[in-house]
Amino acid sequence: MSDAAQGLLVSHDLTKRFGGLLAVDSLELEARRGEILGLIGPNGSGKTTFFNVVTGIYPASAGRVLFDGEDITNLSPQAICRAGIARTFQRSRLSLSLSIFDNLMIGNHLRLNQGLWFNLVRRQAFEREFEENVARARELVKVFAPPLADRMFEAVTGFPMIDRRRIEICRALISRPKLLLLDEPSAGMTREEMTELMDDILEIKEHVEDLTIIIIEHEMGVIERVTNNCVVLNFGQKICEGTYQGVAADRLVQEAYLGIE
Amino acid sequence: MRRARSLLASLLPGLVSAAGVTVYVILLMSVESQAGVVALLAAGVLAVLAAARFGAVARVARAFAEQENYLNLMVILAVLAVTGFFYEDHFVLLMVTTVIVYVIACLGLNLQFGYSGVLNFAGAAFFGIGCYTAAVLTMNTPVPHLVVLLAGGVMAAVIGSLLILPVLRTRSHYSAVVTIAFSLLFKIFLEVNDTLGGPQGLRVAGMNVLGWEFNDDIEIGEDFEAAFYVSYAVVGLILLVLAFALVRRLERSWIGLNMDAVRLDETAAACFGLSIVRWKITAFTLGNFLIGVAGAFYAMMIGFIAPTNFTFGDSLILVSIVLLGGMGNPWGLVVATVILIIVPEKLQAIQEYRFLLFAALVILILLFRPAGLLPRQLRTYLPGWQPR
Ligand SMILES: Nc1ncnc2c1ncn2[C@@H]1O[C@H](COP(=O)(O)OP(=O)(O)OP(=O)(O)O)[C@@H](O)[C@H]1O
Ligand SMILES: [Mg+2]
Repeated sequence: MSDAAQGLLVSHDLTKRFGGLLAVDSLELEARRGEILGLIGPNGSGKTTFFNVVTGIYPASAGRVLFDGEDITNLSPQAICRAGIARTFQRSRLSLSLSIFDNLMIGNHLRLNQGLWFNLVRRQAFEREFEENVARARELVKVFAPPLADRMFEAVTGFPMIDRRRIEICRALISRPKLLLLDEPSAGMTREEMTELMDDILEIKEHVEDLTIIIIEHEMGVIERVTNNCVVLNFGQKICEGTYQGVAADRLVQEAYLGIE
Repeated sequence: MRRARSLLASLLPGLVSAAGVTVYVILLMSVESQAGVVALLAAGVLAVLAAARFGAVARVARAFAEQENYLNLMVILAVLAVTGFFYEDHFVLLMVTTVIVYVIACLGLNLQFGYSGVLNFAGAAFFGIGCYTAAVLTMNTPVPHLVVLLAGGVMAAVIGSLLILPVLRTRSHYSAVVTIAFSLLFKIFLEVNDTLGGPQGLRVAGMNVLGWEFNDDIEIGEDFEAAFYVSYAVVGLILLVLAFALVRRLERSWIGLNMDAVRLDETAAACFGLSIVRWKITAFTLGNFLIGVAGAFYAMMIGFIAPTNFTFGDSLILVSIVLLGGMGNPWGLVVATVILIIVPEKLQAIQEYRFLLFAALVILILLFRPAGLLPRQLRTYLPGWQPR
C-alpha cells in the first residue's frame, strides 16, 4: 500500500467539528517525503486543529489520516508518537519547573527503559543509560542551541522565549521522528530572533536526513524562506496550494488575508 | 588529610544544624510549662528566620545536597539520640513514633499528589485499611508480623484499585470528590460492621518479630530498663528509611520524571508517548501501599483501633503535611510532620482547635509560600553527579 509516490502524511476528506463549527472542513492535504510544507491561513482557520487531529489530541469527525501508508486516524497520541510524529505547540508547553534535560527526556520517553525494576534496582544500568542520554541530549543541543549545551541542568523558567522554542524543537527532535510538526515557532519573537530561528530550521533539515516538516506560520518571511510548498486554509477549507510565490499571488488568498468576503 | 578537612568543612553546616535541631527538639519535649513551650517555639521561629536572613539556611541546604549520605546518616542518628534521651518516657516516645508513622504515610501521599498530581483525600482511610488488616491478622492468624506489615500495604493498594477509574479521570475534580466520598464511606462502613468491632473498634496484638516481643519493656542487665516504645521507634525508623529510599529512587529515575510530566502537562506528555494511565496507577498504588504499611505498623504499636481514628479530618492532616512541607520534597514532609504533630501535642491550648489551626496554616502557606516550607529542588538523577 505504501508506494514511494505517496506523501508521508496524507489527509483525505478530514473534518473536525466543534459543535456547529467546522474547524477543519473536508481537508485534502499531502506532505511529501523530505519537504518542508507551510500551513498558513488567517486566525481561527483551523491550522492548529489540524495538528491536534493528526496527533490524536482530538478525534476526527470524518475523514482519514494516512502516515507512511498506514491509517492513523483516531489512534491515541501515544500510538501516533510511536509511529514517528513529533510536534511543538503554539503556546509553549515545556514543563517550566523542570530542567532542560528533563524536558528533553520527556521527548525521549520511548527510547528510555521504563521498567520499575530497571529504574529502582538496577541502578548501575540506569547510570549507564543516564550517561548515554546526557551525551545524546548534549549533542543535539550543541547543534541547535549551542549556548544551552552547558546549561542543561537548569530550570527552563530562567530562559527567554527563543531558547524555550529551541528547547521545544529539540524535545521533538530527540525522538528522531519522521515527521515534525511546528506550530507557529516564531510567535512572540523579534526580527533578529526570527532570522535565527529560520537558520535553525534550515539547519535541522540539513542535519536530519529524510525529515519531513510541516510548519504553521503567520510570518510570510519565514514561509518564503524555509518552505518548499504551502497550503492555505480559510474557515477550515483549503483555498490554495503551491509554492510560496504562486500562493502569494493568488486572489483568494489575498482576499482571505485582507478579510474581503 | 587535606581531603578529610575539606570534607569536614563541607559537612559542617549540616552537622551544626542537625545537632542544633536535635538539642532543640529534646528541649521542646522536656519543657512542661505552657509558657516555656511558647517561648521555645517563638525562639525556634526567630532562629530560623534569622538564619534565613543571613544566608545560613541556604548553606545548610547546600551542605545537605552535596553530602547527602553523611547527612542522611546524621538525621538517623539525631532521631536515635532523641529516642535514647527519652528512653523511659512513654509520652515522648509515642510522639516520636507517631511522627515516623506519619512521615511514611505522607511519603506515599507525596508519590500520589506531590509527584503525579493525583489528589487523594482518603489518606486516613487507606491508613485505616492497613490498621484493620493488622488487627484481623494478628488476632486471628499466626501470620508473622513482618508479613502483616506487607499485607497492610497490599490491602490498601488493592482496595485503592477500586477507585482507580474515577481517579484516572482528569477533567474536573473527580478524584478529589471520589476520595472524599470514599473516606466518609469507609468510616461509616466500619461503624456498622460488627465483625470489625463496630464503633468500639478492635484490639491489635503487639508486634513480635522472631520472638522479640515489642510490648515488653526492654531490660538490659540489672538496672537498665527502657520503655517498650523504644523498639517501635527503632523499627519504625528502619521502615521509614526504606520508604524514604524507595521514594527517592523513584524520583531520581525516569519514572519520577514521568510522574512530573503527567502532573505538569498530560497532553504534552501523551504526545511524547507517555501512558498517563500507567504512571497514575503506579503512583496511586505505590502510594496507598506505603500508607497501608504505615497503618499496619501504627495499629500494632497502639494496640487498639476504632473508626474515629480514620476520619476525613485525619486525611486532611496528611494532605496539609504534604502542602506545608513542600510538594514533592521528602525532607519537607519530615519538617512539616514534626511541626504539625508535635506542636499541637505540646501546646494544649490549641489542641482543641487543631483542625482550625491546620486549615489556617494551609491557607497561609498557599498564599505566601505556595511551594511549601522546603520547596522542591531540581531533580538530581545521580547524587553528586556533575556534568562533564
Ligand atoms: N477545543 C475547542 N473547542 C471549541 N472550539 C475550538 C477548539 N479548538 C479550536 N476551536 C475553534 O476552531 C477554530 C479553529 O481554531 P484553530 O486554533 O485551529 O485556528 P488556527 O488556525 O490555529 O488559528 P491561530 O492562527 O489563531 O492559531 C477556531 O474558531 C477556534 O475557536
Ligand atoms: Mg493555531
